[in-house]
Amino acid sequence: MAGRFAKTPHVARKEIAESIARGIFGLMSAAMILPLVLIVGYLVVRAWPVLSWEFLLDVPKRGMTDGGIWPAFVGTLYLVGISLLVSTPIGVLAAIYLNEYAKDNWFNRLVNLAVINLAGVPSIVHALFGLGAFVYAARFGYSILSASLTLAIMTLPVIIASTREALASVPMAFREACWNVGATRWQTVRAVVLPNSISGILTGVILQVSRAAGETAPVMFTGAVFFKAVERGDLFPYGLTDQCMALSMHLYTLATQVPNVKEALPYATAVVLLGSVLLVNATAIFVRIWLRNRKKW
Amino acid sequence: MSAEPRARTARAVRPRAAVLAEKALEAVIRLSGVSAIVFVAAIFFFVLREAAPVLFSEGFSLKQFLFSTEWYPTSATNVRYGTFALTVGTVSVTALAMVLAVPFGLGAAIFLSEFCSPRVRETLKVVIELLSAIPSVVWGFVGLTVMSKLIVSATGAPVGVNVLNGGIILALMSVPVIVSIGEDALKAVPDSFREAGVALGATRWQLVYRVLLPAAKNGLLAAVLLGVGRAVGETMAVLMATGHAVHIPGSLLDSVRTLTANIAAELGEAPSGSDHYRVLFLTGTLLFLITLVVNLTADFVVRGIRRK
Repeated sequence: MAGRFAKTPHVARKEIAESIARGIFGLMSAAMILPLVLIVGYLVVRAWPVLSWEFLLDVPKRGMTDGGIWPAFVGTLYLVGISLLVSTPIGVLAAIYLNEYAKDNWFNRLVNLAVINLAGVPSIVHALFGLGAFVYAARFGYSILSASLTLAIMTLPVIIASTREALASVPMAFREACWNVGATRWQTVRAVVLPNSISGILTGVILQVSRAAGETAPVMFTGAVFFKAVERGDLFPYGLTDQCMALSMHLYTLATQVPNVKEALPYATAVVLLGSVLLVNATAIFVRIWLRNRKKW
Repeated sequence: MSAEPRARTARAVRPRAAVLAEKALEAVIRLSGVSAIVFVAAIFFFVLREAAPVLFSEGFSLKQFLFSTEWYPTSATNVRYGTFALTVGTVSVTALAMVLAVPFGLGAAIFLSEFCSPRVRETLKVVIELLSAIPSVVWGFVGLTVMSKLIVSATGAPVGVNVLNGGIILALMSVPVIVSIGEDALKAVPDSFREAGVALGATRWQLVYRVLLPAAKNGLLAAVLLGVGRAVGETMAVLMATGHAVHIPGSLLDSVRTLTANIAAELGEAPSGSDHYRVLFLTGTLLFLITLVVNLTADFVVRGIRRK
């Protein structure tokens, strides 16, 4: 076969280098999958003995060494829900400002930098802020309100970033067409931009839920407590100024603070937390894929 | 004569109320737009406000705070607040995490952007997104249970919660950031660069090595910096996975405590308004400034390539 196009040693060498590079980089990528699968798998196996609906609905018993996680689960729902009520409007409006109104000047570059930095502030610093600002300065005390507001500010960059992306994906020509029939800027946003990006914004809200549900440090010092007595299966156990339990903090407590806890209990708590978060994220991913396939431009 | 001529054709006039409502709404939009600045400023202000009194109090020296390794906040006779050992803890864990995460992260970014098929890319991106969604307290729990056992049985170390454990956990946590930003950076290199390379007979690897890496250098650097930012600021995972020893680690198997973990561990016990409490807020201010610098640098570096 050594015809006119036989490989010179140089070409053969570079092809070998090529496959080695491809192999190494491929393995490095595959290495991402491994921890995800192993972690989820291991946690589920260890949690299996106590994993049931009963575990979700029951309250902690015998000094938290037995029983379920209901108060913590509901507490997380409260914290996430209230933080969402605060941060979604602000975040969406901020994204509309940045994408639809803001001119490219020094001030708006500063706003952009602020968004980037807000995303980079460590969670424990958010906790300190929540403690200083909401618990003490605003006198909300250690409460669901303080914790939710802290979470809201912490997750604001998530909703701003994904809403901006959704808004930016609406073609400029749509807006121009609308302006040309005499619509104002806001009318354009309302009639053209928002309807065409609403599912993208929704994805952002979903991601925000997952982020807020998993955070521990910001709620730990602003309103979440180790234990709070709650009726089994009670959906409305907390008031706005009450302290509450939270799933993420409950996991931390079980793993580090409670002696003689039933073996599978922290694992099961971790599985519920991780499962909820991954489920929420998977939903966001599906919405996004469905959206992309449906898009006509 | 007849009535005055109707000078102008009637313009469709919007009701005054609608115009006003729109003005009001736009004001709210602008207000929300600047809220990010307000919040960042508020975070700095409120954290510093709680910390400030101790800065001017007697017996506190900033030099001791930054450079002393002696952290005895509750000592009855001689209270000392030196955070240097904590800083070294943060640096050592972060450095190890980066040593592990940067090659993997950049390698995966290169694979995603240059080598793999669209289908594989989509799958891997989903995996990376899920990986980045795992809450830090779950990572911490994994470090505390799974990883520490693995480390003890592999190295024979007396305790499994140490620099190595924290570094591995932080590496897993910061890899997704590095991959996604790194891939963006590679994608930002114009296709004409690739076409020119391919036209000269370059293989993909030669293309990556000779053309794309130099061209995307700044974006990749920014990816690494954001990974560092994530690792430095991480709290719950390192709190649970690195052990609680406040000292300068001599080896990978020593336990350490980081700046973030220290705040989380002691804030609950420090009485509000005490010096100890204020010093913890001061540590928070320090962390805020560190991540501010890291993030601004990353943004600056990225902007640098866009100018070009």
